[in-house]
Amino acid sequence: MTNGSPLIRLVHVTREFKTPAGVIKAVDDVSLDLDRGEAICLVGESGCGKTTTGRLLAGLLRPTSGELLFEGNDVWRSRGADQVRFRRAVQLVHQDPYASLNPVRTVEQVLAAPLRHHRKAQTAKQARAAARSLLQRVGLTPPDDFLHKFPHQLSGGQRQRVSIARALTVDPRVIVADEAVSMVDVSIRITLLDLLLGLRDEFGVSIVLITHDLAVARYFGRAGRIAVMYLGRVVELSATQELIDDPAHPYATALIGAIPEADPDLTRSKQRLPLKSADVPSLLRLPPGCSFHPRCPRAEAGLCDVLVPALTPIGGTRSVACHVAVRERTALAAATGPFRFDLPWVDIDKSEGSAG
Amino acid sequence: MDPILSVQELSVEYATRRGALRAARDVSFDVESGETVAIIGESGSGKTTLAVALVRLLPRNARVSAGAIRFTRDGITRDVLRLDDEELREFRWRECALVFQSALNAFNPVIDIWSQFLDTARAHGMKDTKAVRDRSFELLDLVHLDPERVLRAYPHELSGGMRQRVLIALGLLLHPALLILDEPTTALDILTQRAIIDLLRELRTKLGFSMLFISHDLSLAAELADRVVTMYAGRAVERAGVEDLFYRPRHPYSIGLLRAVPRVTGALGSVASIPGSPPDLISPPPGCPYHPRCPLAIDACLAAVPPLLPVDMPRHDAACIRWQEVARTIGTAERHVAEKLA
Repeated sequence: MTNGSPLIRLVHVTREFKTPAGVIKAVDDVSLDLDRGEAICLVGESGCGKTTTGRLLAGLLRPTSGELLFEGNDVWRSRGADQVRFRRAVQLVHQDPYASLNPVRTVEQVLAAPLRHHRKAQTAKQARAAARSLLQRVGLTPPDDFLHKFPHQLSGGQRQRVSIARALTVDPRVIVADEAVSMVDVSIRITLLDLLLGLRDEFGVSIVLITHDLAVARYFGRAGRIAVMYLGRVVELSATQELIDDPAHPYATALIGAIPEADPDLTRSKQRLPLKSADVPSLLRLPPGCSFHPRCPRAEAGLCDVLVPALTPIGGTRSVACHVAVRERTALAAATGPFRFDLPWVDIDKSEGSAG
Repeated sequence: MDPILSVQELSVEYATRRGALRAARDVSFDVESGETVAIIGESGSGKTTLAVALVRLLPRNARVSAGAIRFTRDGITRDVLRLDDEELREFRWRECALVFQSALNAFNPVIDIWSQFLDTARAHGMKDTKAVRDRSFELLDLVHLDPERVLRAYPHELSGGMRQRVLIALGLLLHPALLILDEPTTALDILTQRAIIDLLRELRTKLGFSMLFISHDLSLAAELADRVVTMYAGRAVERAGVEDLFYRPRHPYSIGLLRAVPRVTGALGSVASIPGSPPDLISPPPGCPYHPRCPLAIDACLAAVPPLLPVDMPRHDAACIRWQEVARTIGTAERHVAEKLA
């Protein structure tokens, strides 16, 4: 926000895929801004479009409609030098560190190839020196212990560090990390998240973390924002702590209430927002209006089943795509002054009968 | 009363090209009647090996090298390791059913759900098709599925959550006294996980079976377990009631795990990963297997494997010679470890 325009933007982006059963919209009218040095988490359940959104941001998928802007330029209309600049600026770290590294290349080869290709290193000697400093940066020390190792000689966490080092070979401005910690052991996830956050703090890299795990999102995004996705759309976009403490969208409320916590008293006494149905609609046959309305305990007939709610600012950093939440929050804001949205959980539950 | 399951100093080895891999070592724990016990640990901690060994489904290159598995029902105690083939067939499903980790791979993909129920029932001597059908309807009702629709479906036609429900129903077919679940909610979406947890809790109340589940997911243990066993490098390193384990752990590894898993709501507290990585099980470090990663390790930790011994809380054991040190830091208050260390 400091110097005006965001670094990278999705503007009303839709991405369709043809399947044998018909065309599906994996991502439907998503707009997202990412500032320099910002951390944002895309969270949602399987099929919500978070991975597709990540691939759209990384320029690996072309939008069916809408634009991807990098420093204000439309990436898919840029040519030559601008294209190359974008490709270097945005790097993707994949979920599976077992599949994303070539099994017959050593760590040094994995890192040297992009260094040489992008002319960051002219000679093998320079490439090795650069590889050493990258390994140091991602915490694989001493680097000489790792340069000659093959991926199968590394643990999952070490491989993921190599993947991050590879992304860093081109001095990226944005890293899109798709479930980057979900395949490594729980005991070492936090250090990997800290490593990514360190890159942000040290080099101002913007990071998009895609995850199904709200606990990971809460930790990673504590100084950033979370975008909650459902069936291809962003349903809520808020600063992390606000979203966790006081979710506005009923889907976000349901998710946060439902997630089991690693704390017996906390998890056994959580307030829940029970849904009307457990069935997630197929992307091939999306319900009319708000696609969450058939499951939503707060849905209003004649409104939610007719009109698609747009992602609407409700004050502060928050936006929500829900007719009912927008109406209530803006009414509350009018009554209590700006930016006070501390609706307690219990109000929601009381109006819906007993929880759980 | 005898516990329904009593595992005593169980050791399991895999023969590998590099030598014997000792996946479980001297593991002891009990499951009381009606109780739910969670075995938690990272990958490679030996927890799945343990589950598979309990129903004697270990692969060929594995063997139980020591120990006993005692199962008690209606006052009769038997050693599972000494059952002959016929007794073993009876034991599996009737006494103890195992619900596998991967809900898709656990089914035969080319036959419909009804055939899977019928095959299982026939293999256990239920000849009356009508009775099997009635029981299948009853069980699928119990797990909140539409029996008509589900029995006609093939495994790939069901969602992950539905498959997990069907597997649970199938596990209950022959009224087992103990249900063993290996990672029952892994790879399921949050709302589906929640539904499975609620379902297990409901079934446990209705049917009164005991549960033993194996998971890397601490939150599942926090939800369902009465007691928790922490495993590390093939050993049970701590055994405690669920609240003791989360609020008053006495083994540094349990503390490490708890701090590594942030909570979503509530205070974040002191969150951190455990340094290093789990040991090689073929040539484990000398003494306590956790000492290379442990912030409290002293020279004495390398000298011998610490035995699992009672600590300052009832029915709570830890395999750590430094547990008193831990107790001084953690105390006994009813608060999550990450908050206490913040």
